[in-house]
Amino acid sequence: MDGEPTVLILGIESATQQVGCALGGHEGVLASAHSARGRRHAETIAPQIQFVTRQARIELRDVGCVAVDLGPGLYTGLRVGISSAMAVAYALAVPMIGVSSLDLLAFAVRHTNRLIVAAIDARRSELFYAFYRQVPGGIQRVSEAQVGTPDDLASELLATSEEVLLVGDGARRYSEVFDRLQKTEIAEQDLAHPSAASLVQLAHARALREEFVKPWELKPIYLRVPDADINWNTR
Amino acid sequence: MTALETPQEAPAIVLGIETSCDETAAAVVSGPSAVLSSVISSQVDLHARYGGVVPEIASRAHVELLTPVVAQAVIEAGLSDHDVEAVAATAGPGLIGSLLVGVSAAKSLALVWDVPFVAVNHLEAHLYSSFLEEPDLELPVVVLLVSGGHTLLVLMEAFGRYRLIGQTLDDAAGEAFDKVARFMDLGYPGGPVIDRLAMTGNPEAVAFPRPMYDDGYDFSFSGLKTAVVNHVRNNPDLDVPDIAASFQEAVVDVLIHKARKAAEQYEAKGLCLAGGVAANSSLRERLLDACVAAGISGFLPSRSMCTDNAAMVAAAGWQRLQLDGPSPLDTVADPNLPLPFMRSGEPAA
Ligand SMILES: [Zn+2]
Repeated sequence: MDGEPTVLILGIESATQQVGCALGGHEGVLASAHSARGRRHAETIAPQIQFVTRQARIELRDVGCVAVDLGPGLYTGLRVGISSAMAVAYALAVPMIGVSSLDLLAFAVRHTNRLIVAAIDARRSELFYAFYRQVPGGIQRVSEAQVGTPDDLASELLATSEEVLLVGDGARRYSEVFDRLQKTEIAEQDLAHPSAASLVQLAHARALREEFVKPWELKPIYLRVPDADINWNTR
Repeated sequence: MTALETPQEAPAIVLGIETSCDETAAAVVSGPSAVLSSVISSQVDLHARYGGVVPEIASRAHVELLTPVVAQAVIEAGLSDHDVEAVAATAGPGLIGSLLVGVSAAKSLALVWDVPFVAVNHLEAHLYSSFLEEPDLELPVVVLLVSGGHTLLVLMEAFGRYRLIGQTLDDAAGEAFDKVARFMDLGYPGGPVIDRLAMTGNPEAVAFPRPMYDDGYDFSFSGLKTAVVNHVRNNPDLDVPDIAASFQEAVVDVLIHKARKAAEQYEAKGLCLAGGVAANSSLRERLLDACVAAGISGFLPSRSMCTDNAAMVAAAGWQRLQLDGPSPLDTVADPNLPLPFMRSGEPAA
């Protein structure tokens, strides 16, 4: 592989209950770690970075790009991951690549001809979701990412005559809504969270096209305006 | 080991990060008191239309602002990032979503640079703000820490050794300013607005209550706020500057009275102000008067050192490293982190 440009990517992913880190590049994923013990992202990320670098026998200073899941997802966990990733990239003086959590979910189930719907639990009885199709070498998003109730999504699915593969913790949480639909299958539990390994793979393809951004150019994907309630009794 | 016996290998250059409320700040200090840079990006305009700090808006802004603010602090300190020897961040108390942004970034920086991370208590950081500008202050001192979130009287016996003398039982002093300003439609934040209006008002126009004036060292401002609200409701034609001046006078009277009494009882060598409300001009003037009357020294940090900043976080981080060493990389933020009063393992005063 002499002469071929290589870039070693550290991926950080924390948009759902799960939090993960992975290291990889042109050889594929060298090491990854995921844990899903509820919302303990802030405790987990720095030790996970240490763990994957040791497992891959890589020095952090050899990392050439930091990839991060930009959401949508659970806001606090998402920000923990994005803040950590930005700081790593700044401290290493390397560029970043941001990837949507919904893209990561769809990427993991790309080997299907069905319409892929990635749906993340957005709390408040809502989902973050988007539609995808398989294309040569990956997936293509065919709708805007949006926020809506499980019933909103079910009505959209009813309107298509296609076979559908639903993936994500949102799809699983509201499975009773989607089980009623014809020609719709929900992907299994171990695909329900975006994975840091997928993040590194997707980011590697973009790194080869040099689709880099600076740390301060990344914007988390929230899909909701901030809740501006001030609780004057507890502040 | 006392706080002042510094081990030879102790890190000197500390990067501090502060994101506990609505200021995104980073600073670099060298040792306990030399500030090399201090950058503060205030979000006050983002929150002004809501009349208070909106947690979700604050968290979003911290994510966007923190990296550029850290980069600027390192550049302004005249350093390359390889010169940073430790990274300190506020781990509480404060808004949990905001704290997590700073703590997560700080741990990552420490990990990549391979330097110690140290979690800092925001209140302890405020206590050190006076020493950044006046390193030779003689201990013990009584610190009156007054902000939008806190009202504390603390006896600082040594670095890392404090005694809680009194605290508010309900609203913080700054919160009372915000709530009164909000009720009277004066704008946000309430402290500076009321301070300004009070300059042209008569502080004796309305005799508002001085809650718990001669009742120990604790404070209560909720009843005072209610008294102002009721008074304005019953007398809608009153002069606004007079109300502002009378309300401010009541708050300052109580704060100064208790601070001076504490300084005398605990035989403090001095009295210091800290926290956002320490920018209030009447409070500053009256504190110095009280110190002169009591024959002790008084110290007023500059306004930029009173309000939330990261230089005080870096300085407290430097002290914590001497006392306790680094914090683990799985440290989490705690929105209710208490000030470590009377630390264990150290002799009582
Ligand atoms: Zn403060």
